[in-house]
Amino acid sequence: MTMITIVEAVNRALAYELEADPSVVLLGEDIGVNGGVFRATDGLQAQFGKTRVIDTPLAEIAISGVSVGLATQGLKPVSEIQFMGFIYATMEQLISHAARMRNRTRGRLTCPMVVRAPYGAGIHAPEHHSESTEALFVHIPGLKVVIPSTPRRTYGLLLAAIRDPDPVIFLEPERIYRLIKQDVEEDGVALPLEKCFIEREGSDLTLISWGASMHEARQAVASLEAKGVGVDLIDVATLSPLDSETILASVEKTGRCLIVHEAPKTGGMGAEIAARICEKALLSLKAPVKRVTGYDIIVPLYKLEKHYLPSVKVILQAAQEILEFA
Amino acid sequence: MQPIAHFEIYSHQFLNSAGDLTLPLPPPFHSPRDLLKPYQHMLRIRAFDSKAVALQRTGQIGTFPSSEGEEASMAGIAFAMQAEDVFLPSYREHGVLFARGVSMEEVLLYWGGDERGSNYANARQDFPIAVPIATQVLHAVGVATAFKLKGEKKVAVTTCGDGGSSRADFNEGLNFAGVWQIPLVVVVVNNQWAISVPRSSQSKAATFAQKAIAAGMEGIQVDGNDLIAMTHVCRQAVDKARTGAGPTLIEAVTYRMAPHTTADDASRYRGQEEVNSAKALDPILRLKTFLMREKVWSLDEEEAFKQKLQEEVNEAAKAYQAMSPQPIESIFDYLYAKLPRALEEQKAQAVERSEL
Ligand SMILES: Cc1ncc(C[n+]2csc(CCOP(=O)(O)OP(=O)(O)O)c2C)c(N)n1
Ligand SMILES: [Mg+2]
Repeated sequence: MTMITIVEAVNRALAYELEADPSVVLLGEDIGVNGGVFRATDGLQAQFGKTRVIDTPLAEIAISGVSVGLATQGLKPVSEIQFMGFIYATMEQLISHAARMRNRTRGRLTCPMVVRAPYGAGIHAPEHHSESTEALFVHIPGLKVVIPSTPRRTYGLLLAAIRDPDPVIFLEPERIYRLIKQDVEEDGVALPLEKCFIEREGSDLTLISWGASMHEARQAVASLEAKGVGVDLIDVATLSPLDSETILASVEKTGRCLIVHEAPKTGGMGAEIAARICEKALLSLKAPVKRVTGYDIIVPLYKLEKHYLPSVKVILQAAQEILEFA
Repeated sequence: MQPIAHFEIYSHQFLNSAGDLTLPLPPPFHSPRDLLKPYQHMLRIRAFDSKAVALQRTGQIGTFPSSEGEEASMAGIAFAMQAEDVFLPSYREHGVLFARGVSMEEVLLYWGGDERGSNYANARQDFPIAVPIATQVLHAVGVATAFKLKGEKKVAVTTCGDGGSSRADFNEGLNFAGVWQIPLVVVVVNNQWAISVPRSSQSKAATFAQKAIAAGMEGIQVDGNDLIAMTHVCRQAVDKARTGAGPTLIEAVTYRMAPHTTADDASRYRGQEEVNSAKALDPILRLKTFLMREKVWSLDEEEAFKQKLQEEVNEAAKAYQAMSPQPIESIFDYLYAKLPRALEEQKAQAVERSEL
């Protein structure tokens, strides 16, 4: 076992699966010699060759559309979009083809493919490098959307995503790429998709988050626990399809729920989770469900970026309001 | 069976890498003296780039893309345009923007993470820089089409990289431009690299200029390190567009001497020998050699001018650093013409939370 970061866990999972499954191919911009701008694919081209780890011309429509073609031929393309801000050109291929191929052909042709992209704010990046638009993909039937928040989950979930028979959007929280280290056993064992992770258990509050916001959520939970408040901390991890059971069971136990996400509030994944709680666990609630999220604005350039991101203080304030609600 | 289509691509050079003028000085230049202004502008761009890189190194601006090595391409584009034309830059063309009246302070603001950097005090119609690669080419098609529809004698000029030429936006843009015969000049700044991907992995075509042919427009290759050729060819294309004779694609062959941005480590994918041999083709060096040989420029003048430039970039940096930050409300204020009622609560919350 070695202590590795989230971005290293991406690398290790890719390496494992390239080795284990000859049908896996990586494609993207600058992923070969350069090892990706975040080094997620560092060393993989040297190890597996230029036919398995492919530097493409600069063209996201092509990367996604070519992946559809590759996938129908029994290959497993894992593409990298350099930043989520450049994923939008892939939408036509993802929505109109990758997500629908199985359904259109009644299972004759399928798209076992993964599209990876780093995402989120907080690294002082240039314009278009900070958005969190995961909800766009959650809205598309036929796609799975996965966002890890620890090195171990990154390793296990990426393996699961590659092995999944359907297209998976795998979003990597760039702000915490190198913030957390964990011992990760490189055993090739996948973690289940479609399962939320209960990271801490407690009976007073359910705190739900994913991605980089888990970092603030964890700090908030630590400070609540220090005050004797027990929290179920849930890392959603797979946003679509959503594991409602885990969330509902927790809310039925605690009766209080706070959802934290970095994406804008309106139409965000928090809204979906809150709606499911209202549909299935309304009568267990002792306080209204609250959301702490990004505002419904364009992520500011970096000088004012911090005013956009949900902070630990704001999370704690919201938690307090929920706990004090009578 | 018979051949039904032919094409030839011409490559233009007037000043070779040794600084020899191999053809008569072309318009818009009449005498070597006319080259001083663009030459000084090239020096200005280089001085700015090294200042900006230093500011990034000390954490005073964010990631920054240096344009070192591409000064002749930028000055050539800038000096071919008229003030009323519209320029639509990619992220590496601040050197063109400066000549169009955009200030160094504004460019620093932008890369320093402040939206005010795109609210140019001059060049009010020029576009903010485009980060999503090649997207600006389509905007330029729209701008040029608007000129045509409104009967205005203006030209839209846009740039994108060798990498950018692989995107749909670029190719669709050329196609529209060809069909509609609009007043547009697209310059592919072929600096040999798209981050770590070399030119040879971007296209198997012998030139980027020939991408114009399939779109039914003229394509020209230019030595992008030759200010004289760059200005001449760009001016011809701009003039042609202005008279309604259609769009042109220009491939400026140059070299990205610096890493892709300050966040890039170019040693991972290219050797120092390559960079060194590119330095022998330096656009500033060859023009300087020529100007000195023509006795219109001296080492003393160069020294004095560089001194002045140093002051200019230092002043710009100081002015940038002295800017008071935008109020927090500003993150809501420019989203729509009028703040929707639905956002008022969030705006108040943002201000309140900043005081937590
Ligand atoms: C649509 C899109 N995809 C990817 C990126 C990330 N990216 C930024 S610059 C760059 C390379 C661009 O190369 P080129 O077009 O040759 O321009 P240069 O940087 O050399 O000036 C890439 C891949 C981006 N900004 N936009
Ligand atoms: Mg380039």
